[in-house]
Amino acid sequence: MSFKRNILDLRKRKKEAQQGGGEKAIEKQVAMGKKTARERIKAILDENSFHEYDLFVEHTGRDFDMEKKVLHGDGVIIGTGTMYNQPVAIYAQDFTVAGGSLGLMHARKITKIMDHALKMRVPLIGINDSGGARIQEGVNSLAGYGEIFYRNTIASGVIPQISVILGPCAGGAVYSPALTDFVFVVENISKMFITGPSVIKSVLGEEISMEELGGAMVHSEITGNAHFFAKSEDECFEQIKKLITFIPWNNAQKALKFPIQQPLNTKSIEEIVPVDPHNPYDIRDIIKAVTDGSDFFEIMEYFAKNIVIGFGRIQGNTIGFVANQPMYLAGVLDCDSSDKAARFIRYCNAFNIPIVTLEDMPGYLPGVDQEHAGVIRHGAKLLYAYSEATVPKVTVIIRKAYGGGYIAMNSRHLGADFVFAWPTAEIAVMGPEGAANIVFKKEIDEAENPTEMRNQKIQEYKDKFANPFVAASKGYIDEVIEPSETRARLIHSLEVSGSKVDQRPAKKHGIPPF
Amino acid sequence: MEDNSSKYQVFVVNSAKYMTLTTTKFDRRKKWEKSDPKEIRSIIPGSVIEIFVVPGQLVKGGQVILTLDAMKMYTKVEMPFDGVIKSINVTKGDKIPKNCVMINIE
Repeated sequence: MSFKRNILDLRKRKKEAQQGGGEKAIEKQVAMGKKTARERIKAILDENSFHEYDLFVEHTGRDFDMEKKVLHGDGVIIGTGTMYNQPVAIYAQDFTVAGGSLGLMHARKITKIMDHALKMRVPLIGINDSGGARIQEGVNSLAGYGEIFYRNTIASGVIPQISVILGPCAGGAVYSPALTDFVFVVENISKMFITGPSVIKSVLGEEISMEELGGAMVHSEITGNAHFFAKSEDECFEQIKKLITFIPWNNAQKALKFPIQQPLNTKSIEEIVPVDPHNPYDIRDIIKAVTDGSDFFEIMEYFAKNIVIGFGRIQGNTIGFVANQPMYLAGVLDCDSSDKAARFIRYCNAFNIPIVTLEDMPGYLPGVDQEHAGVIRHGAKLLYAYSEATVPKVTVIIRKAYGGGYIAMNSRHLGADFVFAWPTAEIAVMGPEGAANIVFKKEIDEAENPTEMRNQKIQEYKDKFANPFVAASKGYIDEVIEPSETRARLIHSLEVSGSKVDQRPAKKHGIPPF
Repeated sequence: MEDNSSKYQVFVVNSAKYMTLTTTKFDRRKKWEKSDPKEIRSIIPGSVIEIFVVPGQLVKGGQVILTLDAMKMYTKVEMPFDGVIKSINVTKGDKIPKNCVMINIE
């Protein structure tokens, strides 16, 4: 008596199931420039670390002749493995099996691995490549989506959830990625939309291609649904592997500490910022001048470029950076930049990542479109997120800090632990030109030469208020610092905030303006 | 209850037709149009500080063609690709709104 027969039989069954949709379907997948689901999992996880579950799960479709069809693994692969020797849970939809369509058992497999990830408190990575709901399974497939969305929501802020869009992701299916923390897209491969181009054309007469409607760059640049854009699947996997080094495995932990590195001193920090406050520069150069190894991992690089968000390390610890970008739209706050920064701040707060804010912000973007788009409501998200955050919060004001934007950018008044300002900082209720026109209206109107008087009053206002010393005299700024001291000040202020406790009243949850 | 039945419009959702009212915001929506890369539009309201090109001039992609003073900052507008300036619709000192076609390229 031996097990041999059984083992050989098992091997045969496994081999067959692992073929997914079979050779022809795999050929088609490759022809579209896509890797197979199994290849994708292997590329993301540590070598040989993947362990699969539910390989033999069969679909339950009994209508429209579905009972005669075999769908290996029901079009999705689930399992666990490791990244940098730390456990993660993963699933990948297999487009070669019935177009990766989602039926009841397909969804059950996904929710099984989601439950596992949440219980074990490990990150969840979901690879989406699916034609959508399996129509033949009717309301069962809708039930499946709903159960996934519910789990995405419950796990939100407990474990990191990463969505990778490597194929179509249309209709209701888009809402799982939308509920997760980070969405990765790849040029020419990712397609996301609620209703496709043909429906839009027939109903509204608008003609648009799939790429223009919901391609990778559209979601990176226009809609803000995607956080990371890559030109190839391989580049995308490298981005995922880099992101994971910056974040903790769950909300009870801190991100892994890395060996301390000095910034690469390519340019002195003072040389980065132009003397004339009217001239732009790249705020990312300032971030790189203070982070370990000048490494800055930008998130949402293409969306609302007037604000920059991302991770870097200071003394080996992960820091979330939020910084106005004078190079785009003069660094104004608007609907999109407020929304972008607010969500990132909430991510950092949920996962115990201190926030450093670099401020050079001339005010809110004026315009009917902004007002009617709800800049009040969207702008409020930023105030809410900063006020709500209990992680260490440090602000450095580099140049402009005007009006409501000054309050919004993690001011002392919203609970910043430390606020520093460069001597070039201009902290005031509004810019000198506008303020002079209001404060000195009478003098200007009555002057013999109003233009001369206006210029004189603008200068007067500038000298008196466009500096950090008025704010410092009230203690709103803790210290005016030399630019070259910035990193040292950040290091110290983050060090002393290491065991910060900020108790808030107990509540079910707040009601942020979203 | 107010009788709105005379204002009902046909509305198509998921291939089915429904009679319904529409919202002000829906009525005001703009039809999507493909943007024309040959039009240089302002992405922020501001005033024109300097124009560096003239109609008929051959300009290389990346070259600064105009500076805009917007939100206390001089923003440089660059030529998107190699081309010839067809027309300039703004003059130095002009205050312009967002999305204004400042320059056309041939």
